[in-house]
Amino acid sequence: MTITRLFFTASLAVAPVLLLAQQPPSPQAAPYQPGLNPESIRKPLADSWPTYSGDYTSRRYSALTQVNQSTVKNLTLAWIARVAAANPQGGAGRGGGAGGGAAPVIVGGEGSGEFGGGGGVSVKGSILQVNDILYVTAPDNVWALDARDGRLLWQYYWKTKGGTHIGNRGAAMWNGYLFFETPDNYLVSLDARTGKERWHVEIADFDQQYFSTMAPIVVDNHVLVGTGNDLDAPGFLQSYDPETGKRQWIFYTVPMNAGDPGLETWPNLDAARHGGGQVWVPGSYDPETKLYIFGTGNPTPGYTGVGRKGDNLFTGSLVAVNVDTGKLAWYFQTAPHDTHDWDSAQTPILIDGTIDGKPRKLVSTAARNGYFFTVDRVTGAHVVTSRFGTYSNGFKGVRPSGSPDPDPAKDATVPGALVSPVEGGVTNWQPPAYSPDTGLFYVHEQNGFNMLYLTDPDPRGSMGLGGKLRVPVGDLDNFLTAIDYRTGKAAWKHKYPGGGSSAGMLTTAGRVLFTGDGSGNFVAFDATNGKILWHTRIGNISNAPQTYMVDGRQHVLVAVGDTLYAFRMY
Amino acid sequence: MRRTLSLAAAASVLLGSLAVFVSAQEPQGGAGRGAGARGGGAGGRQGGNPNATFPAQQRPAGDPALIARGNGLYGVNCRACHGVDLRGGDIGGPNLLRSQLALNDQEGELIGPVITGGRQTPGMPAMPPQPLPADDIKAIAAYIHSVQATMQGQGSPPAGARAELNILVGDAAAGQAYFKTNCSNCHSVTGDLQGIGGVTTDPVQLQNLWVGGGARGRGGRGAAASPDSAARRQVTVTVTTPNGQKVEGRLDRIDDFLVVLTTADGAQRSFGRNGDVPKVEVRDPLEAHRRLLGAYSDRDIHNVTAYLVTLK
Repeated sequence: MTITRLFFTASLAVAPVLLLAQQPPSPQAAPYQPGLNPESIRKPLADSWPTYSGDYTSRRYSALTQVNQSTVKNLTLAWIARVAAANPQGGAGRGGGAGGGAAPVIVGGEGSGEFGGGGGVSVKGSILQVNDILYVTAPDNVWALDARDGRLLWQYYWKTKGGTHIGNRGAAMWNGYLFFETPDNYLVSLDARTGKERWHVEIADFDQQYFSTMAPIVVDNHVLVGTGNDLDAPGFLQSYDPETGKRQWIFYTVPMNAGDPGLETWPNLDAARHGGGQVWVPGSYDPETKLYIFGTGNPTPGYTGVGRKGDNLFTGSLVAVNVDTGKLAWYFQTAPHDTHDWDSAQTPILIDGTIDGKPRKLVSTAARNGYFFTVDRVTGAHVVTSRFGTYSNGFKGVRPSGSPDPDPAKDATVPGALVSPVEGGVTNWQPPAYSPDTGLFYVHEQNGFNMLYLTDPDPRGSMGLGGKLRVPVGDLDNFLTAIDYRTGKAAWKHKYPGGGSSAGMLTTAGRVLFTGDGSGNFVAFDATNGKILWHTRIGNISNAPQTYMVDGRQHVLVAVGDTLYAFRMY
Repeated sequence: MRRTLSLAAAASVLLGSLAVFVSAQEPQGGAGRGAGARGGGAGGRQGGNPNATFPAQQRPAGDPALIARGNGLYGVNCRACHGVDLRGGDIGGPNLLRSQLALNDQEGELIGPVITGGRQTPGMPAMPPQPLPADDIKAIAAYIHSVQATMQGQGSPPAGARAELNILVGDAAAGQAYFKTNCSNCHSVTGDLQGIGGVTTDPVQLQNLWVGGGARGRGGRGAAASPDSAARRQVTVTVTTPNGQKVEGRLDRIDDFLVVLTTADGAQRSFGRNGDVPKVEVRDPLEAHRRLLGAYSDRDIHNVTAYLVTLK
């Protein structure tokens, strides 16, 4: 606590100087507003939750200790809030279930709202907590709630043109401004105090069937955004100016022009330019090297690699780009020439660790294909590769480079191939966690098999994720797995008796690990050994648990579909 | 997941115990179906496409006569390179369904200049200019857009004519030998599997059925492949309380904290769990089958399927 407060004081003291340096030299520049100084995101995660992963390391490790192994059993429900999409005609829907009343509803958007997906609200991303206010998102929606009682302060509704409404991973904040992405590919900026829109800019071409779900990441005066696409379009990461919404740079994850690096891993430029590698899950940031490190999606067409022979760089890779220039610093391929939609977009975690007795700056990731990797985060040099998906069978082994070597025999075939994991992967977008206290990387391990049939044997290959039939033929053991980043071996596993979980992770300096068990329970585990310490049955968790401090009390916040549950110490 | 599920459901071979796991960037069933219902039902939209998520599928249907004329013109002027299905041809014409230019085009304003001016792409055969009047270009564009509108979800191509694929590449004799060695302890071709090839006539369905163990997984709601198998697939549990009382029944639900079962008289019982207390023994008839998934080779699978289809 003391340390945290000292940090806070220090950040306030330096804030004005930094702001002068960051803001555009315009006399009309907005005055400093209460909000989030981007410098503060560099601090270790504690009282607030100012960015997607809590802090830039993506460890999802909170320094808070009020809730710990001894006290976690005293957690009690503080409040429940149900969020609902606003009525497009204006009035609030069921919003503000916890006494919402007449909270303002702001409506924006470029569409009719007609192609909004039709499903109910589900919170599948991170919730920001800044200055005791929570900022919650779902596709086309943002809600501001009082962190003390879940009361609705305002809500914003975006009338969409359409696009894939699969989920929204959260908002980002820069001073007094909020940023979020829409399924029809707009980056929208709101005034965090009122929810009033400042501007929106188109970040990807809707005609090309891009759709946007990622939580933007703010680094200094950059708003980093990624997008998704299933129709063989190139992936990219972009940086926008938080004041003006002007694009600062774009980094393509596949070669787009003759002479681009990686083109030698594609048969031709046309294949590369249709090669996918979408950037749809937030990455991590290392202020020392100014490198933003993220995972890239699968190559496309997803299941028919015949038209894209080669390793297909930089799809299925850990990629590091300089945040000021958008230039590639290094890459490490975690899924060469994927043919199963096992992408590698999963959030990597920065670890200051020790390898062979030497201190190392590392980054680790658990990929959808069931392999775990640790590499040097300064150089991209390989350190560890291991298979953590117990039954993963899509690979012949590991190459000398540390990349897994895909087994063509496990491609989709006409008579069928038995493959593990299933399409969703051993893990997926759900955030893992890492505790510096235990040295363990926590991830859910989902094991299952598909029969995978090639249904479009056309020699040109298929398109998108088409051309195959995937049939689940069995679900095997599903675990909460704690991996030693130095060896890639599991230090312990907790087997779920009731099936697999799709919840993300939170761990704390109280040596507690929070997650959902896939059977409707929200569970606190001992982070050192996986022993169960506490649970409550609130339904299946749809995001990753988070924690923050309000009025001197540690809160634990989690979403179950459209309902938020906040627990605190009694 | 949506497309996979619908196909699998159609084949009636969807095996359960699916983790509720959000497949990356894929619409979940509920949301996806919602979008489809709207797309299909909205007046003036391309009717019948359950995936009207993107502009290619949302745009108003073109004039059928114009599209028909465009189809003819495409056949004469474009098909040789771009393919009868617009997905590209052997001599280098790119796939027009995923073409950036063709997707951005509204009514020929982008496609037209390429048709009349030709195109030079490094490393590719040059596209020769086609001197066509503006009306013809509009017709060709309308035709291309009409095909784009039939693209399926997640970038999948239009359904088209489904190729008849023969999955029976295995050796039935080798499959019989494998069966005798590995399966006959539990299964019999004159017993539970009698006539299986006649009951389940689609080889894909039959293969999925036997590889998956023929049931919908945990919870005991079996999809009966043969008449006597439903009972065998039920997952049962015995709970032994600290005082030695044994309660047995069908397993309804289990996690780290609770086990719920239904006893033979139809009553549901639940027991709190605290580590190993009470003692819980789950008997899942599919457990052994699931363990085999890590052991089969694809060749074994194809051989056994080739054998099972002969059991009429």
